[in-house]
Amino acid sequence: MAEITYLEAIREALDEEMARDHNVFLLGEDIGAFGGAFKVTEGLMKKYGEQRVIDSPISEIGIVGAAAGAAHMGMRPVVEMQFIDFIANAYDMLTNYVATARYRAFLPTPMVVRGPSGGYVRGGPFHSQNPEAGFIHTPGLKVVYPATAEDAKGLMKAAIRDDDCVLFFEHKYLYRRIKGVMPAGDHVVPIGKARTAREGRDVSIITYAATVHKSLEAAEKLAAEGIDVEVIDLRSLAPLDDEAIFNTVRKTNRVLIVHEDTRTGGIAGEITARINESCFAYLDAPVLRVTAHDIPLPYAPQLEDFVLPQVDDIVTAVRRLVGW
Amino acid sequence: MPPKSGRAASRGAQPHLGEALPIERKLELYYWMRLTRTLEERLVALYRQTKVVGGLFRSLGQEADAVGSCYALEQRDVMSPLIRNLGAMLVKGATPVEVLKQYMAKGDSPTRGRELNIHFGDIGEAGKTRGFLGQISPLGDMVPVMTGVTMTFKMRGEDRVGLVYVGDGATSTGAFHEGINFAAVQQLPLVVVIENNGYAYSTPTSKQTAAAQFVDKAIGYGVTGEQCDGNDVLAVYDCTKRAVDRARAGEGVQLLEFMTYRRKGHAEHDNQSYVPDGEIERWAAENDPIDRFVRVLLDREKVAQATLDEIDARVAKEVDAATDIAEASPFPEPLDAMIGVYADPPVEKPLWFREGADVSKLGKERAEGWGTFDAKGGK
Ligand SMILES: Cc1ncc(C[n+]2csc(CCOP(=O)(O)OP(=O)(O)O)c2C)c(N)n1
Repeated sequence: MAEITYLEAIREALDEEMARDHNVFLLGEDIGAFGGAFKVTEGLMKKYGEQRVIDSPISEIGIVGAAAGAAHMGMRPVVEMQFIDFIANAYDMLTNYVATARYRAFLPTPMVVRGPSGGYVRGGPFHSQNPEAGFIHTPGLKVVYPATAEDAKGLMKAAIRDDDCVLFFEHKYLYRRIKGVMPAGDHVVPIGKARTAREGRDVSIITYAATVHKSLEAAEKLAAEGIDVEVIDLRSLAPLDDEAIFNTVRKTNRVLIVHEDTRTGGIAGEITARINESCFAYLDAPVLRVTAHDIPLPYAPQLEDFVLPQVDDIVTAVRRLVGW
Repeated sequence: MPPKSGRAASRGAQPHLGEALPIERKLELYYWMRLTRTLEERLVALYRQTKVVGGLFRSLGQEADAVGSCYALEQRDVMSPLIRNLGAMLVKGATPVEVLKQYMAKGDSPTRGRELNIHFGDIGEAGKTRGFLGQISPLGDMVPVMTGVTMTFKMRGEDRVGLVYVGDGATSTGAFHEGINFAAVQQLPLVVVIENNGYAYSTPTSKQTAAAQFVDKAIGYGVTGEQCDGNDVLAVYDCTKRAVDRARAGEGVQLLEFMTYRRKGHAEHDNQSYVPDGEIERWAAENDPIDRFVRVLLDREKVAQATLDEIDARVAKEVDAATDIAEASPFPEPLDAMIGVYADPPVEKPLWFREGADVSKLGKERAEGWGTFDAKGGK
């Protein structure tokens, strides 16, 4: 089997799901003839027609609301945000309408909202955001954020088949940098299950998306110093895999949480609280965090590098945990 | 009283304000269009040398619409541009050095490396600032913001007008609708310019709206609407000047639609595969705003070719000089990222894993103008 990129893996999942289920359709800005700003949907309009790959006006509230309506009627829409930053425009529709539909009114809303997220690409404040925290905080929404090509495909298939609304964050830094070989057959990765990206004894790093790769790089550096780091890739942020989190804490007794999103109100705080509540007795050191600074993401490379977590920051943090 | 219908204000026997401009002012219009194009061409060269940090957005073929409309504003008025309104920014007083530094993410750019391209502003009291407001990327958001700006003019009894640009695509956003509707009911002195350049990224106008033309939307909002040839700089000036005059006279929101064409892709990387064959070439050959205006100047206004050559040479020299300054200016220091998130406290501590980062360095002397951006204490 040939290697394909993270981006191609997402396209493959969309393609296979559209072929499998006639209720699956795509909508978003420039996704049809153009194939999307990042070319994730390239070729799909040609294959499935304009009825199933719909070029929308620049109307994020409109397309998310329309997807919800269609989902109530038994369709399985997949909405593209051209950049995930613009999901903010649809925040009302997602949090007020979509997230409450099942609970309030027993309305199934099986839909996916996907889009390129994250920084490390010099995109400036409006093309680099990681808005996951606001949605993790909203009951009724599921949130996934893959770090590998295999997971990108498997989680997309699971998201499309899920009976709830799944926000599918794609890291644009990984789109063409990460490749993988897809398992044969119907490759579905269940939502809600974390993955051990690297086995280790001394310290656990719990992370997701682009910082999985930064953490693995840091783990290599630390291995040279004799520190054996375990890296847990959460994959799914809502629901969180408590089992996997607690297991790694019990194993290494030292935890670092790494994410690219800003610090205050970020998911690291939630994970820390869960560890405190359930695994306090297993901790040999306080749970530490490496995150972005609480700063809007700046454009200049020198500034972006400072604000976002880097490999050296992770190394520094692990050393501190080990030396506790 | 503002007209009830959104139909174009009657042209009747009104003079064509653009054509009536004295020749010196027409040559100024030529200068601004030439400067816009030359500066963008320089940016393309810098982009190819990878000196532009992010994307590059051209306004090739739209220079007349940006320049002619902004030229109808007074210095005290406030304008909010979009990515394709470099020409309007220049007319309003943004300098080529500022634009180049922004694109190159320099530490002494107007936003100190925080923001990109023409996302910068200079706004405040009339007479003390140049009066342009930095945009953000989410489309349509500047319309309600300009509603607030012009609401303030009205509340304070200031004789000032606001002008906001949106693309055909941006008219599909909720923010656009909410902003213009609010301004309309408040009868604010706001001119909303829709630049209909045929495409929003790859999406043709026919997929953006079912309306035959954007100017028809004026009826729905209960405001005055007008449409003009966006590649005729004098027509754009004429149309905008009359709208600005009406807004200033208390006639409320003015909706303008300029018919133009985006000859480059959404940004430099976009190969325009979605454009029908020959369309770009046709606009370039028959409807280039600068070529058209040159013909007017030479044939009708009897301007000597040498006069235009002189202006071109001046522009080239200015852009060269600006490039030298921008290239020589420093990149921001990493710690500069810490300043200015809030007015107070102005400086945060770097996170603990950046233990080596020396916050005391933030006290060092800054280039002039630093303090205007970072509020008190940031110097
Ligand atoms: C709310 C929002 N959604 C999506 C985008 C992504 N985007 C950036 S520019 C653009 C097309 C803009 O088209 P138009 O408003 O017609 O302006 P033009 O580029 O043609 O000048 C899109 C979809 C955005 N910036 N904001």
